[in-house]
Amino acid sequence: MDGEPITIRKLRERFGGEVLDVQRRPGDDAVTLKRGRIPDIARFLRDDPELRYGYLMDICGVDYLDLEIQPRFAVIYHLYSLEHGHRIRLKVPLDETDAELDSVVPVWDGANWFEREAFDMFGIKFRGHPFLRRILTHHQFVGHPLRKDYDHGKRQLCTEVWDLEFE
Amino acid sequence: MNNLGYCHAIEEWMGIDIPPRAQALRVFFNEMHRILDHCVCLGPGLVDLGALTNLWYLFNIRELGYELIENACGSRLTTSYLRVGGLTRDVPSDFYKKAKTFLKESPKNLTDVRRLIERNRIFVERTRDIGVVSKEDAMAWGYTGPCARASGINYDVRKVRPYSGYENYEFDVPLGDRGDAHDRYMVRIEEMVQSLRIMQQVLDNLPEGAASTDDPRAFIPPKHETYDNIEALMNHFKLIYEGIRVPKGDWYSFTEAANGELGFYCVSDGSGNPYRVKVRPPCFAICQSIEKIAVGHMIPGPDGDRRKLMNIIAGELDR
Amino acid sequence: MVDKRPENPGGDTHGLDQVVITTKLNPFIKALKEAGQKTAAWARRSSLFPYTFGTACCGIELMAYMASYTDAARFGAEVVRFSPRQADCMIVAGTITDKQVPILKMIYDQMLEPKYVISMGVCACTGGFYRAYHVVQGIDEFIPVDVYVAGCPPAPESLLYGLMRLQERIDKEGADFNTRERLKQRMAEVDARPKDLG
Repeated sequence: MDGEPITIRKLRERFGGEVLDVQRRPGDDAVTLKRGRIPDIARFLRDDPELRYGYLMDICGVDYLDLEIQPRFAVIYHLYSLEHGHRIRLKVPLDETDAELDSVVPVWDGANWFEREAFDMFGIKFRGHPFLRRILTHHQFVGHPLRKDYDHGKRQLCTEVWDLEFE
Repeated sequence: MNNLGYCHAIEEWMGIDIPPRAQALRVFFNEMHRILDHCVCLGPGLVDLGALTNLWYLFNIRELGYELIENACGSRLTTSYLRVGGLTRDVPSDFYKKAKTFLKESPKNLTDVRRLIERNRIFVERTRDIGVVSKEDAMAWGYTGPCARASGINYDVRKVRPYSGYENYEFDVPLGDRGDAHDRYMVRIEEMVQSLRIMQQVLDNLPEGAASTDDPRAFIPPKHETYDNIEALMNHFKLIYEGIRVPKGDWYSFTEAANGELGFYCVSDGSGNPYRVKVRPPCFAICQSIEKIAVGHMIPGPDGDRRKLMNIIAGELDR
Repeated sequence: MVDKRPENPGGDTHGLDQVVITTKLNPFIKALKEAGQKTAAWARRSSLFPYTFGTACCGIELMAYMASYTDAARFGAEVVRFSPRQADCMIVAGTITDKQVPILKMIYDQMLEPKYVISMGVCACTGGFYRAYHVVQGIDEFIPVDVYVAGCPPAPESLLYGLMRLQERIDKEGADFNTRERLKQRMAEVDARPKDLG
């Protein structure tokens, strides 16, 4: 063993060009990735017999505006492998100008609402998402409330009822 | 129970050690809240199936639990008994007596419910093979907790990565094999029994000692020291004005809440306020799958039998 | 929401008021009317059908209030109706977000008069600690509220006390048959109230 967890080793072997950075902490490893091939990486992590990350625990967005980290946004995936007990965190930094990346809904069904939430709160677009629409705020809402430059006290009224055929 | 998740997240990152008494009491109240949560899930769930009486029995358990927690921290439902580094204060003197009453009375109420429900033909026919979720689907949807265990996924954070001293207690993790509403009911009932078992073990060997850590980074010093000792006074001021200063970085921490894995992803900028906290609520993942598994059932099916037995909590969805 | 019911060309739509007008001077009828009003108020007071608009943790305490320890049935208010058409007392329990306001308003409009609203918990009363982009700073920005019950969440006992205050209020009102006029007035007051948009 060279001490590097198997997930990170395999990711380096297979997608060496995509790995930007590795953060190592026992039980809480993180890999920073380029955004280009996220669905491929996700499928690989799920299907590889030595990894088998069957669980997508969480997707969330982070806005680093006040920390002055560039690029401004990041999407964070938390994965868990039931068979092997591994955990990994994937970070995908995104620029403010085109905050877009490919959806992982085809890989894990459960990504659906988490991606919608990240879209709603941060305005990060997920290409290929089946139903990318606001999930927590209402349809007349303008802006993305968890961005650090949104005035958090500013309310927006919802004046009409949305058709109940969705949601 | 949710307090525990958050406190655990901060403590794990800062490396604060919790005294054994606080750990044991945390486990006790955590398991009590698991029982209370399952009561609130099953009671109204069964009301939706037309079995009204069970609500009264299950809320008897809840009221007993409320009494305990109200004595300890002063509020009934939105409790705040835990602090980063331990508990707000030690349990009151009549805790043992009340806890024993709880452990004695709850199984009676539980047995009443089981005798009313489990061989009831209406209940069995309305839940058996309704809302089946296969193991693969459950995993793809991100199910955790009782719903996942009803589908046969053997995943319980308390066993997989013990926290708060769960490794010291003996308990079983119930698993279902069909993944239907009936299994979810049975898993919940069995978990309540197991929780009672853990609570009994905690009560039997509750260690003596302090109820909170004396780590100056996290815990406000006792009152008399604040008056006599300048360092303690400064520490008090710092903690009150600035909050607990958490080192820079980001981390993910998770505990087993009543519905599954409750995760906290925190980003800290080193100040007293968190920069970003993302809660991973168990229900959010479960609720999104209703659309798919409700296809082909009658409306009372999805609504009563399934939604409630999955325990969707509106507060977790509407954040 | 516009009331779509056709107006009665004869003016007042409520039969009992018309009876009262024609027999204004007869003391016997007057006494009878008073007794009738009292009876009606008593009936209204003792059989409130709550509609539970539970959205958050207060909803859990609402269940405790219906359940075995603090039994709401003692006050005749335990028959929960899940249709606004059958209910006359809406208990708004929990945080109301801006997204939910149109739904809340629609359900309130669907309830038949006389209708009462209990606002349970600080979130429904004032927005509570959610001074944020998504939470209504008190549901009285949108619908008239009769009783406010404070607490986070209020203990079932406080809610029972709130219910008793509502009953007192109904008693005091007597059988005021002109509820629609009063409601219009109250709705106008509510609409004129400034909204706290942060």
